[in-house]
Amino acid sequence: MAQEQLFMEGAVEKREPIPENVERQTMELNLGPQHPSTHGVFRAILTLEGETVVDVEPVIGYLHRNHEKIYETMQYPQIIPMTDRTDYLAPLTSELAYVLCVEKALGIEVPERGRILRIIFNEFQRILSHQLYAATFGMDIGAFTPFLYVFRDREKALDLMDRATGARLLFNYFRIGGLRNDVNEAWLEDFRAWIDNFEREGWPEYVRLLFENEIFRVRTKDIAVLPPDVAMAYGASGPVLRASGVRWDLRKAHPYLGYEEFDFDVPVGEKGDCYDRCMVRVMEMKESVRIIRQALDRLPDGPVLGKVPRGVMKLPKGDYYQTVDAPRGETGCYIVSDGGATPYRVKWRSPAFVHLQLLPYLCRGTKVADFIAILATLDPVFGEVDR
Amino acid sequence: MLELAAGQGGMPDWLWNFILAALKATGVLAFAMASAGLLTWVERKVAARIQRRRGPEVVGGPWGVLQPLADGVKLFAKEDVMPRAVDRWVWALAPSVIFFPVIMVFLVIPLDPKFGALRDLNIALVYLAAVTSFTVLGIFMAGWGSNNKYSLIGAMRAIAMIVSYEIPLVLSVVGVVLAAGSLSLVDIVEAQDEMWFIIPQFLGFVVFYIASLAELNRTPFDLVTGESEIVMGYLTEYSGIRAGLMIFSEYIGLLATSLVAASLFLGGWHGPFGTDSVVWLLLKAFFLVFVAMWIRWTLPRLRIDQVMNLGWKFLLPVSIANVVLTGAWIMVR
Repeated sequence: MAQEQLFMEGAVEKREPIPENVERQTMELNLGPQHPSTHGVFRAILTLEGETVVDVEPVIGYLHRNHEKIYETMQYPQIIPMTDRTDYLAPLTSELAYVLCVEKALGIEVPERGRILRIIFNEFQRILSHQLYAATFGMDIGAFTPFLYVFRDREKALDLMDRATGARLLFNYFRIGGLRNDVNEAWLEDFRAWIDNFEREGWPEYVRLLFENEIFRVRTKDIAVLPPDVAMAYGASGPVLRASGVRWDLRKAHPYLGYEEFDFDVPVGEKGDCYDRCMVRVMEMKESVRIIRQALDRLPDGPVLGKVPRGVMKLPKGDYYQTVDAPRGETGCYIVSDGGATPYRVKWRSPAFVHLQLLPYLCRGTKVADFIAILATLDPVFGEVDR
Repeated sequence: MLELAAGQGGMPDWLWNFILAALKATGVLAFAMASAGLLTWVERKVAARIQRRRGPEVVGGPWGVLQPLADGVKLFAKEDVMPRAVDRWVWALAPSVIFFPVIMVFLVIPLDPKFGALRDLNIALVYLAAVTSFTVLGIFMAGWGSNNKYSLIGAMRAIAMIVSYEIPLVLSVVGVVLAAGSLSLVDIVEAQDEMWFIIPQFLGFVVFYIASLAELNRTPFDLVTGESEIVMGYLTEYSGIRAGLMIFSEYIGLLATSLVAASLFLGGWHGPFGTDSVVWLLLKAFFLVFVAMWIRWTLPRLRIDQVMNLGWKFLLPVSIANVVLTGAWIMVR
């Protein structure tokens, strides 16, 4: 690369002009795929000038498991547990996108209790995912302790999930037409207690411990500002887009599952820096609690699994698309059917994959330590990026 | 010690001195190693307490106190891996170059009112500044010799940090030197008979403590080995006993710096009601060690440019102001 090109937009603004006669050299640093804080197996080729990041080239594909192609050999109900393995920190939202898409194609009605429970679990999943985000972000900027405070709550939450779904991480819980099984009163009681405890003690504690810390603020404020127009141009969604001040939430814009019945706010950031991207997620946890409380109040009795056509499930010929607002952004499931028992083609629209292309834009001119923080604020899950 | 020296019998002086020096060196080494071992255990327990865990409990003794022993045995028993690409001599020597300067700090620390220091140098503070800045050479040897980019970045950060923080560190001590009128640590401790220097020299103490945290590579200045960014910094390519030695020297350095800080600002061996003894010194030092651990397990890490800004734009002016104020105060008095 030519010398002038090495110092692009962000890099130039933040530097003093270097005298003509000074020789400049850059160093390439291959960060990952084996690295403590790349959130899985991600490789970034950093071009460094001292500590300053001149350019980043994200390299992905280390966790590619051929998901979309494998789906083509599986019958529709068999695919559900596979969808867990895409975004493995929020499996229920991937399941939701998939089952909603199939239900839309077949016109299956979900019973009221099943629908409300789906909302409860979906928002619970969002809390869990954002909680883990807070924990790992703390680790990435060098604060180890918040991680363990989050895991105190997460452990109990995973136990609750275990009791409801039979699994702690990859739940395989949603079915085409509803849920695999109902939850009982005892579970609901414990769940309420967890939510109460989370709102009263857990959430304020994370905020006090990490997000109100002065060092946290200086590390994140005004770092990697993402203007709203750039965010939209890159196709950002979810918290990354909302942090830039765009009030765009699929639960409001294209309601699914009947989210329009619920009263909740969409937190947005002001500047779109790392701090806003963190705080939007933190505030979203509160909103999720609000939704869960409303949903618990209106949870009716009845079946959780609706009537599904007997025999081998076949989707009518055509293509179907459903997006949901996943914790990481807009997760979309696109199914093309030729009328057979297996899909002709399935395509995932994964938010983190889209967000990763923001990395070079955001990182130019920042420091190596910022690169880690910026990557963390994009909250990628590589199961979903590589699929 | 003096009585012993008087009753040396028919031994020639040089032999007696040699034996005495060897004894002292062995004593210092044993004390340093034992306390570093203890500190690794304390660190784990403090971290566990802060993180609502229980920490080591399984290995030997009550509350797992034998954990450091088990760790040591493990480190010794490990294969000595030398990566093919390293600069052999530089890489292999670095752990020792890091280790010995830290040990040398113990020589001048005043231990007890009767005994004094192992070696009461009249320029103890100059000696300390010289010895501690030697560590940076070892760190750079490790970073350069490893032939690894993470190590190199870590070493670059270490040099930038240690060189910048050396200045406020030394300047913060100047106030104490002015007040005590001596560079000898023993004299400084004796000058604190009535009042600890932390009260008139509070600014100096704050600057000294912050700067020594940076010198010791402790959070929030732990970016030399910031594991989320540059894996383990200059330690990346080391394993087994070499890594153990380097981690040990960090703990010994922490204790040594705390001992110096306790002597300079917290009155050293002075205790209430005429109970002056080495116990007080150790108590104060361990308290400072505990505070460092407390900070480490609570705060996130600063970025390199922020660390530099803090050093040059805040600590340096504050320490200079402290020197000026102390000088003015002495003039007026």
